[in-house]
Amino acid sequence: MTATADTYPHYTAAYEAQSPEVAETLRALRNRGWDAFSQLGLPTARRGNEPWKYTNVAPIAREAFAHPQPMPVEDGIVTLDDVRAAAPWHAGWHTFVFVDGVFAPHLSSGGEIAESSGIVIAPLADTIHAERGASVSLLGELARPEDDGFVALNTAFVRDGMGIDVPVDGDAGVVNVVYLTTGREQPRVTHPRIIVSAQRNSRATVIETYVGPDDTRYFTNAVAEIHVHEGARVEHYRLLMDGMDAYHVGTSRVIQHRDSGFSSGAISRGAALGRNDFSVTLIGAGAECTLNGLYLTVGNQHMDNYINIDHTEPNGTSRMFYKGILDGQSRAIFGGNVTVREGAQKTDAQQTDKNLLLSEQAEVDSKPSLLIYADDVKCGHGATAGHIDLDTVFYMQSRGLDLPTVSRILIHAFASEIIDTVALVPLREYLDEQFQNAIPDVDITLPIGGR
Amino acid sequence: MTTANQTDTPILEVKDLHVSIDGQEILRGVDLTVRPGEVHAIMGPNGSGKSTLANTLAGRPEYTVTSGKVLYNGADLLKMQPEDRAREGMFLAFQYPIELPGVRAWQFLKAAIDAKRVHQGEEEMGAREFDRLLRSKVEEVEIDPELVRRSVNEGFSGGEKKRNEVLQMALLEPKLALLDETDSGLDIDALRIVSDGVNRLRRPDNAAVVVTHYQRILNYIKPDYVHVLVDGRIALSGGPELAEQLEARGYDWVREGVDAASG
Repeated sequence: MTATADTYPHYTAAYEAQSPEVAETLRALRNRGWDAFSQLGLPTARRGNEPWKYTNVAPIAREAFAHPQPMPVEDGIVTLDDVRAAAPWHAGWHTFVFVDGVFAPHLSSGGEIAESSGIVIAPLADTIHAERGASVSLLGELARPEDDGFVALNTAFVRDGMGIDVPVDGDAGVVNVVYLTTGREQPRVTHPRIIVSAQRNSRATVIETYVGPDDTRYFTNAVAEIHVHEGARVEHYRLLMDGMDAYHVGTSRVIQHRDSGFSSGAISRGAALGRNDFSVTLIGAGAECTLNGLYLTVGNQHMDNYINIDHTEPNGTSRMFYKGILDGQSRAIFGGNVTVREGAQKTDAQQTDKNLLLSEQAEVDSKPSLLIYADDVKCGHGATAGHIDLDTVFYMQSRGLDLPTVSRILIHAFASEIIDTVALVPLREYLDEQFQNAIPDVDITLPIGGR
Repeated sequence: MTTANQTDTPILEVKDLHVSIDGQEILRGVDLTVRPGEVHAIMGPNGSGKSTLANTLAGRPEYTVTSGKVLYNGADLLKMQPEDRAREGMFLAFQYPIELPGVRAWQFLKAAIDAKRVHQGEEEMGAREFDRLLRSKVEEVEIDPELVRRSVNEGFSGGEKKRNEVLQMALLEPKLALLDETDSGLDIDALRIVSDGVNRLRRPDNAAVVVTHYQRILNYIKPDYVHVLVDGRIALSGGPELAEQLEARGYDWVREGVDAASG
């Protein structure tokens, strides 16, 4: 017995029970992932472990999550109406739905792409990746299992996921990937994986949405790797809409080449314990990166945003703008780090985190930081946390609006600064509705925040 | 109930009103009666309590009424929540209108109109009808239509904010308009627009209280009564000619009169 088998017997058993009937690339990757996981384990020790300073993953490590054998998704368990009610959806998008980690073709749509276009948008398990999809060979290059226990675990269980290859000058349109977990008695884990390779001057929009029932404990351990080549433009959305009992650890790794553009919207509303580990490296000059985020936490939710941007070449631009709404006894973390390397002259980087606290018990740790090694740069950062302003409340009351209406309007307005940055109309409408429905009732008759 | 005896019941009756902020007494026994069709000007030096009076009437929570009585259309105003005062037709034009980032003016104004209508037992206004109404009021108060497409007051200049208050007032057609130094910081064009807005509202069944430091706005809004507030009390009341006297002589002679009377 190895140490890993002692500490994580259920993962060890599940790893050994995996069907070997996958492509050779995936099999090799799994071995690499398991080797790394055997070395790293999960980051349960937080002393001196800066990335995990504020988040205790012991509850995730303790739970014996089941890895069910992959079974075709039965008809009727989930309907298209369920998907459209839970996730953003549009007839013009390429929608790929995964149910409990398994691709569900009958719920997916819009996948018709001419072979001549060179564009490949398909589940990783699909054989076309063996023939044409170059991105599969890139798995593990940006999200290295050797660097992170959760990435290692995901890699050890790579079975399916999405591969998106966009050739030079290609336009993949909108790829809508929905990971849906169904309610089961036994807590289960899935390891979604996404790989995007956008070649020179190509375009793609990728939406990842994670949804599941509120009354079921499950664990989503997702990894995304995104290559944005010279002049390419990628828009990326990551929607953490998991059930309120779920655990969710998401790791996203992005690399940007010369003059490329990457924008992301990381929106979270669900999960008892959520983590958004998002890292972008700008290795080409003149690249532009915009990372927007919005997190809403209520009750005892815990949401950890760990966001890193690394400028290594000159003339890069980055914008990091996150906003949080916290209620109940919830806790949120914004760890935003921008590094500007010695060679990254003329970098223009801004990072902002604003929080709206709706209760006295809610707590946010907002830690924006800049590490600058170049001398000719324009960088700034700021963080705020405040309560609903009572002068504002009185102004709105004096126009006839009662307190519940005032708080709803103000919370929605706070969120809309991020939601309004979403250019895709059906997605923006979905997010707006999700947040409208999730706005907690706040008693602002109490003098919260003092004056 | 409150609409009965319109002609006899004053819109506002303030009786021996005492108000404190953070334990400090600002209003020390104010009496004021405003009847339908009247415009009253409340003038006075800085710190005399003019804004406190207007804000107390609108229900600002941190202003504590320690004694006295206020009847609004015959009902006990001090028992009403600020939003109910507004729904019953009271409108405070703020001295410093608040910016509401992310709150679209259209949404905000419609919510205000609907709150009042529902309170009066009417249905919410249809979107198209509201559009038409808003457009006509935007023209009426000569406000840049672009401003109502933006968030309420966000990034507006001081003058634009004041015009926006007048737009809100025009939409809500108050029974009692309270203008808290709406004229301060306005250039002459804006002052005319604000005044026109108030004058257009004048009807036999409503009233306005104009709080101001300067006589200037009273060239445009002709008051029926002018009151001078000094040290938390109305020291002097009179007709429009009192405003001109104040313009010529300043506030000191009123203060001296008060000191002489009380000493």
